Amino acid sequence: MSQIEEVTIDQYKHLVSERALTGETMLLNMGPQHPSTHGVLRLLLELDGEVVVNCIPDIGFLHTGIEKNMEAKTYQKAEVMTDRLDYMNTMGNNLAYVMAVEKLVDLDVPPRAQALRVILVELQRIASHLVWLGTSGLDLAAMSMFLYCFREREQILDIFELVSGQRMMTTYIRPGGVWRDVPVEFETAVRDFIKIFPKRVAEYEKLLTKNPLFIDRMVNIGYLSKETALSYGVTGPMLRASGVNWDLRKVRPYMGYEQYDFNVPVLTEGDTYARYLVRIEELRESLKIVEQALNKLPMGPVRSDNRKFVPPPRSEIGVSMEALIHHFKLWTEGFLAPDASIYSAIESPRGELGVLLAGDGGPKPRRVHMRTPSFDNLSVLPELVKGHLVADLVAILSSTDIVLGDIDR
Amino acid sequence: MEKSLEPIVKDLQDKFGVTFEEFRGEVQCIVKPEQIVEALTCLRDDHQFELLSSQTAVDYYPQTSPRFHIIYQMTSLTRNLSVQLRVPVSGDQPKVPTAANVYKTAVWRERELLDMFGIEFEGHPDPRRILMPEGSEGHPLRRDYPLGYEEPQFSFNYEEIDLRKPYAKE
Repeated sequence: MSQIEEVTIDQYKHLVSERALTGETMLLNMGPQHPSTHGVLRLLLELDGEVVVNCIPDIGFLHTGIEKNMEAKTYQKAEVMTDRLDYMNTMGNNLAYVMAVEKLVDLDVPPRAQALRVILVELQRIASHLVWLGTSGLDLAAMSMFLYCFREREQILDIFELVSGQRMMTTYIRPGGVWRDVPVEFETAVRDFIKIFPKRVAEYEKLLTKNPLFIDRMVNIGYLSKETALSYGVTGPMLRASGVNWDLRKVRPYMGYEQYDFNVPVLTEGDTYARYLVRIEELRESLKIVEQALNKLPMGPVRSDNRKFVPPPRSEIGVSMEALIHHFKLWTEGFLAPDASIYSAIESPRGELGVLLAGDGGPKPRRVHMRTPSFDNLSVLPELVKGHLVADLVAILSSTDIVLGDIDR
Repeated sequence: MEKSLEPIVKDLQDKFGVTFEEFRGEVQCIVKPEQIVEALTCLRDDHQFELLSSQTAVDYYPQTSPRFHIIYQMTSLTRNLSVQLRVPVSGDQPKVPTAANVYKTAVWRERELLDMFGIEFEGHPDPRRILMPEGSEGHPLRRDYPLGYEEPQFSFNYEEIDLRKPYAKE
């Protein structure tokens, strides 16, 4: 495309009200560079004064062709792309993809690796919710929330750096287990966090939950009914704030979630405030899971010993001919997966993160589709904002907790 | 197959003549394109499949008929079940009736399929591209769409490669 096409109202005729065609209402662009759109999201708003009549989200500014690129890489190498999808939930993306690969080739994971995965994914959930809490505080002019939340998030990212060498793009969870065992400092680092975090959550709540200004901006804003939510495929905390008790960790346990004792917070109000309360409660529940998993963390190997799919440890390569052959085969050709397709899903901080993985009998996938929760959670936005003020739109948008990398892929 | 899923698959077989496959405990039902809307409505209304979890497509290029499988991943929250419907469509001018009137999720998911695979959905309320810019050419997730690499040309095969080389269009 070399020339910029002129946009006319005809393109949006079927999406706006008739009053827009006569010029009675105003069409206004919000984004893609607006600080409150949490990334590169463009919203075309039809406004009657300050009231939103229609909202047309325009996405794709962060489209990087991740699904296409994954088709050209072997199963192990394609994993690196998943980090870049939802950059607030890298461990979760790794887990979702790796679980799909393991299901496709029928690979078992040792218990220690499962427990480590649970700890890291739950820490990631806390980190992701902290970014949401910080930025939505910022949107409602509670600047200090942002600083407090990022202070705690930093501690989690330090733990990630400790285990994987990377703060964000971790690629730590690998098919058949995890990359390597955690260092000895890991336990103390996580225990420090477990000790300090409940106090910090209480602090956030003291600042926001009963704050009259905050309640004024949140209660009865952006109501989402149960039926609308389900029809639009909304999942995660947004669905649970609308009164549907659906958490994949509880209803379809994976990675041994059934051994941990935790609650799934559900509220029926369906407004922005309910979504806030659900996520705050999830911070506490996730911490409970981390603590239990750390207490029970079994000893043993962190990678499957199926050498057809998992590379041998470094120490074996020097002494075993087979190990050397396996290592060479795995990193040059990759492993073969059957010509079939599977769907596997996890509960990410934003909802159901599903992976549809189709193999073609060779070492590269035929198709990887990431069913990303933000995509569907954003598609319901026009329903939520109708009749609200522009200032409320900012609060509603931040309560959907979208990540644009997750939407555009 | 799970016990509680059997009557549902049986019902689909009786009403729509679907064939099904099982792989790693997942049930995948093949439905004819003209019956998909009825099948989805039947699942939603009679069997409590409230959620269309995912809608996507797989390209089986170079196979031409069917070239694409459109996949509907259905979830029942009440009964905690999953079933997958697959609609095979041929490669030239793929067309399927829209599911947007049954599940609102389909509005955006079908726009994505139109954009990425060039599959048309008849009766779709808003058939615009969703991720790629308006006016861009081709459908990136088709298997015959180039990834962006360039084949190196040498003097002995310059013309041969030049013929099939995808140039950026003006």
